[in-house]
Amino acid sequence: MIVYILTIFLFLVGLYGVLSKRNLIKIVIGLAIMEYSVNLFLILVGYVRGGTAPIIDADRQGELFVDPLPQAMVLTAIVIGLATTALLLAIAIRIYKKYGTFDIREIKNLKG
Amino acid sequence: MDSFIPLFVVVPLGGAFLTALVGSFVKGWGRYFTSILLAFLAGFSGWLMFSMPGPIVYSVGGWELFEKVPIGIHMVVDGLTVYLLIIINLIGFLSAFYSIAYIKKFTAENNYYTLFFLMVAGMNGVVISGDLFNIYVFLEIAAIASYALVAFGIEKEELEASFKYQVLGGASSLFILLSIGFLYWKTSTLNIADVSRIILRGGKDEIVIFAQVILLAGFGLKAAMIPFHAWLPDAHSSAPSPISSMLSGVLIKAIGAYVIIRLFFNMFEITYKVSLVITVIGTLSMVVGVLLAIGQWDIKRLLAYHSISQMGYVVLGVGIGMLVISQGGKTSVASLAIAGGLFHLFNHAVFKGLLFLNAGAVEYRTGTRNMKKLGGLAPHMPVTASTSLFASMSISGIPPFNGFFSKLIIIIAAVQARYLVLSILAVFVSIITLASFLKVQRFTFFNKSSDEWVEKGVREVPFPMCFSMIFLAVLCVVLSLLIVPSVRELILTPAVDVLIKAGSYSAAVLGY
Repeated sequence: MIVYILTIFLFLVGLYGVLSKRNLIKIVIGLAIMEYSVNLFLILVGYVRGGTAPIIDADRQGELFVDPLPQAMVLTAIVIGLATTALLLAIAIRIYKKYGTFDIREIKNLKG
Repeated sequence: MDSFIPLFVVVPLGGAFLTALVGSFVKGWGRYFTSILLAFLAGFSGWLMFSMPGPIVYSVGGWELFEKVPIGIHMVVDGLTVYLLIIINLIGFLSAFYSIAYIKKFTAENNYYTLFFLMVAGMNGVVISGDLFNIYVFLEIAAIASYALVAFGIEKEELEASFKYQVLGGASSLFILLSIGFLYWKTSTLNIADVSRIILRGGKDEIVIFAQVILLAGFGLKAAMIPFHAWLPDAHSSAPSPISSMLSGVLIKAIGAYVIIRLFFNMFEITYKVSLVITVIGTLSMVVGVLLAIGQWDIKRLLAYHSISQMGYVVLGVGIGMLVISQGGKTSVASLAIAGGLFHLFNHAVFKGLLFLNAGAVEYRTGTRNMKKLGGLAPHMPVTASTSLFASMSISGIPPFNGFFSKLIIIIAAVQARYLVLSILAVFVSIITLASFLKVQRFTFFNKSSDEWVEKGVREVPFPMCFSMIFLAVLCVVLSLLIVPSVRELILTPAVDVLIKAGSYSAAVLGY
């Protein structure tokens, strides 16, 4: 049970980073932490105590397997996360070129 | 007919691939290719609506049910889905056609059309997917394409808006994924129909309630409902105008409101608490959105705030329907409220799409969106001015335009369900909307002698832009016909029935 609580805690750590940090790169890192915690949570959901890798074989009948579906989901989620993070960093670099800073307090052309 | 369903995803995805590939050798390829493919999809979804015998379920890869347990991925097309598909592909086609002239000023035309295709593929995928995790995947495809499109101008404002949109959008996607994880934990399945059966059998459960809360937060962020709206005015006003019209007209509906409606009607049990939360969020968005809108001087920013307010109407209509159902009230009242909400969803796509295209046309010729610097454009841009008048009257609810009828239905339903306060608020918001669009009309198209524009050579926009605007303006009037019972039976009623008979979705997919 404690592991589940720790993953949720990790999610909150990432959320705290996104909400309170003022540096664009640190915000991206916060989002990445949130993403890892969700991935960990999905893996835990599919975990079976004492289970082995889910490969069905003639001489491994009757063994206990972990659930392979969340693992497939996590692989997809990692790929999506890569795309999101790459785009975020690309935009952050562009912002740095235009504004000359990563500080969100100075990047505020849009408001109202 | 079943095997044609994946075309809605395959065609735009293939289009994106071909545009990226062929477009770098053939100049101007993406321009016409996008419009042709999206016109085909719009026509196909229209044909599907009239010829569909009932819900169509397609099993991807031929993985049928195994002893009544779904093991494959399903694509489900029913009344509500096909209604959304028409909106997405029709507005998509008109925006793409408008882009032919508009987007010439940008250098990377091919990348624009590639991303456009990806966004449409993602939205079509979300709508036809019958599986929670596929909804997440397609939602991310649409969202990532839209992040990139918002930043397409790569100026200071665009980059800032896109970053803000990405951080909030990324957080909301993670909330959605987390809640999918919780639902999988509880039910050991991802198929919406199967999840629904297991949840209903299991009765009340804390994990399900927690999943509902995170899900509502995630999709509320995507739909820009009021506590979660901060990204919308920046992102929608910074994007190129045809993209603003896609984002405001379609994206927030297809990946926000549609999924909320679908999951909370067809997957979860409708409880009083959840319906109350949805109604309150809808009302708040409706009122606060319009109050924030009225002080704006940037046309597109004003329109973006109105999107929040008008989506509030949609959610309010659906929320009243949920409240009535959860309290065991009359089905006729509930279906009237839901019909009003869904009708307003289509209307909003049409008139808000048109208004953003108008704003784009004004910006295209004059180079500014600030209403303080505009004025007196009506004699120089007659098509833009008249279509914008159509859309403004439609959004502020003046008969005989479509916006009047959908608002009227929502208000009547609110009165019949004994929520008088909500109906009064809806009328009040409609009046403020009218005031704010009078401001737009006055400061943009009238109010000033216009010699200045003659010197600058301001004239009507090119044909593709005019065509899209006129088409949408005609739709503003024609859609009022949905109020006629026989037409409503054909288009709106199948969509409403899917939601009222909540179990029918699971029955269609699982076959029992």
